[in-house]
Amino acid sequence: MRLITHNMLSCNIKGVTNGFPLKIEAEKVIEKEVDFNPDFLKHMFAKIEWKALVEAARAMGYGELPEDSPDVAVIESADETFLKKLHHALLEIHLEEGALVCPETGRKFPVNKGIPNMLLHEDEV
Amino acid sequence: MWFLCVFYHRLLDFRKPEVEALAELFGEEDSPLQWRLPEHHHNDTPFHFVQLSSEEIAQNIAKRSILVKGMYELWGEGTCYEELKDSIERFPDSRKLPFLTSDSTFKISVETFGKALTFDEQRERIHSLTYIPFEGKVNLKKPDHNFFLMEMDESEESNGLPPIVQRRIFFGREVGFADRKLLPTFQLKSRTYLGPTAMDAEMAFLMANQAKAASGKLVYDPFVGTGSILVSAARFGAMTMGADIDIRVVRDGRGPDCNVWSNFKQYGLPSPVALLRMDNNVPPWRSGLKEIFDAIICDPPYGVRAGGRKSGGRKILRGTVDPYTVPEDKRTGHIPSTGAYSLVECVHDLLHLAARMLVMKGRLVFFFPVLRDESGSEVKFPEHPCFKLVAVSEQILSSRYSRVLLTMVKVEPYSEKIEEAARLMHLEFRENHLKWLEEGNIHSSVFKPTDSSQIHTEAKTFKDPKPKYRGKYV
Ligand SMILES: C[S@@+](CC[C@H](N)C(=O)[O-])C[C@H]1O[C@@H](n2cnc3c(N)ncnc32)[C@H](O)[C@@H]1O
Repeated sequence: MRLITHNMLSCNIKGVTNGFPLKIEAEKVIEKEVDFNPDFLKHMFAKIEWKALVEAARAMGYGELPEDSPDVAVIESADETFLKKLHHALLEIHLEEGALVCPETGRKFPVNKGIPNMLLHEDEV
Repeated sequence: MWFLCVFYHRLLDFRKPEVEALAELFGEEDSPLQWRLPEHHHNDTPFHFVQLSSEEIAQNIAKRSILVKGMYELWGEGTCYEELKDSIERFPDSRKLPFLTSDSTFKISVETFGKALTFDEQRERIHSLTYIPFEGKVNLKKPDHNFFLMEMDESEESNGLPPIVQRRIFFGREVGFADRKLLPTFQLKSRTYLGPTAMDAEMAFLMANQAKAASGKLVYDPFVGTGSILVSAARFGAMTMGADIDIRVVRDGRGPDCNVWSNFKQYGLPSPVALLRMDNNVPPWRSGLKEIFDAIICDPPYGVRAGGRKSGGRKILRGTVDPYTVPEDKRTGHIPSTGAYSLVECVHDLLHLAARMLVMKGRLVFFFPVLRDESGSEVKFPEHPCFKLVAVSEQILSSRYSRVLLTMVKVEPYSEKIEEAARLMHLEFRENHLKWLEEGNIHSSVFKPTDSSQIHTEAKTFKDPKPKYRGKYV
């Protein structure tokens, strides 16, 4: 699971109101190189919950992202330093084994072979 | 500019919508496209004229298309060779001469439809074209310019084509042709990880084209299965994401080198951005997340072969027992039970997902099953106030069943107000469906038109009886 995915998911157990962001329990983190696609990153940047991404990256051992969300000018600038970091954080760090933990209930969603299991139990829907 | 667009005689309903989607993708501003049939031709003929604003667009469409055999600049046409000659001579020199110069190479091919020509007959026809001032050298392997002489003779119904009432000859310069090599490379037979409902490669590519999959875009399949639809989107450069309720299918596959990931690796395609296990009936998207996918493409789980499941046991869903509480010590390995997921609910969830998660102008492309109705009654497709239905393509599966590929474009942003209108539309859809089921029909989808006041679609009807030469691949 990459952090772009983490940024999209929440705990949706019935009645839970603060299911985002899920805390990351990392057991095995791997890195894989991915082709750099600035257009895609610009499109995604607008959708990202920045704080959640910064925290998640840190939980995965990557601390290079700025604390505050940079403004759009930085995204559009010719200097791609920031985009490269965003690229690495969103797409190249993978949670291979571990869990996503609901901040409200502590319910653990296991991540196994890189795939988060977000299916709810029958008493949670 | 008008181009002669020659199609393969396959999946007839899918041909024009594919060209229309690709025209939009490659920047054609004239929309909807204008089409014209050659004289005396039936809509199912391989020959169509289409208006496009540049040769470059025509070339791009042909290159990317699955069902276009070639796009041609027409130099002349007629019912006999004399008429053809007059027509070619009337075609302006300014359009011809740049392609006839002495420093260029060329090739003329003869193609016939409805009958075969001997080598000598072909040569004779090529030689009859001496009135065209070709100055260049012939090069059969890699010519600069490819010319085609296409002859379609009067015939009875043959080759699966409708009868041709009048001979027609076309002569034109090729501006683009399709890369059919894609299909043998991607055919399911070559795929490492397969499932019973894997989407065949040709159809998967057509779906990706309807979705305008391209580099820089994110394409989502909520019923990803073995990933075959996403493979085709990835081949066209899109980033992909998929989810499925079945963990064995989406995570385990048949081992470390035979799973959804390996289906991408096999063709050197980038892995999906994410694969998830989730239930599209209760998706875990964070609140506030919206307009993130450029397209959603899927083959939803309806019907007998792969009926859908959703979270919650059957009895809980019917409300007859209190939900079973999973004991604390059993939660980790617990396999949640699921209940049946009806077609109506599945479609509702899909439209809801798309309304919220697609970018404006984003496309939802999905299959919908229908019963082929001899009486020619109208089929109503699912509707949503955020969407406009732009293409309906039927693939006949048997004498009774078809599936229809629906392409919808998001034309309204999602809002709470829209949600209410969507709910009413859905209730009507469901009621019609249930009524229809009670009347003894099985999982199908013939519905009465809903109140059209809040609907964008010009209710597409679906009643032309299909001619008998139509089969599964036609
Ligand atoms: C027709 S198959 C799609 C096959 C896929 N196109 C392929 O190429 O392999 C439908 C898939 O939907 C999944 N499914 C059924 N109910 C679901 C639900 N509620 N949420 C998500 N996926 C579901 C099934 O496990 C199955 O893999």
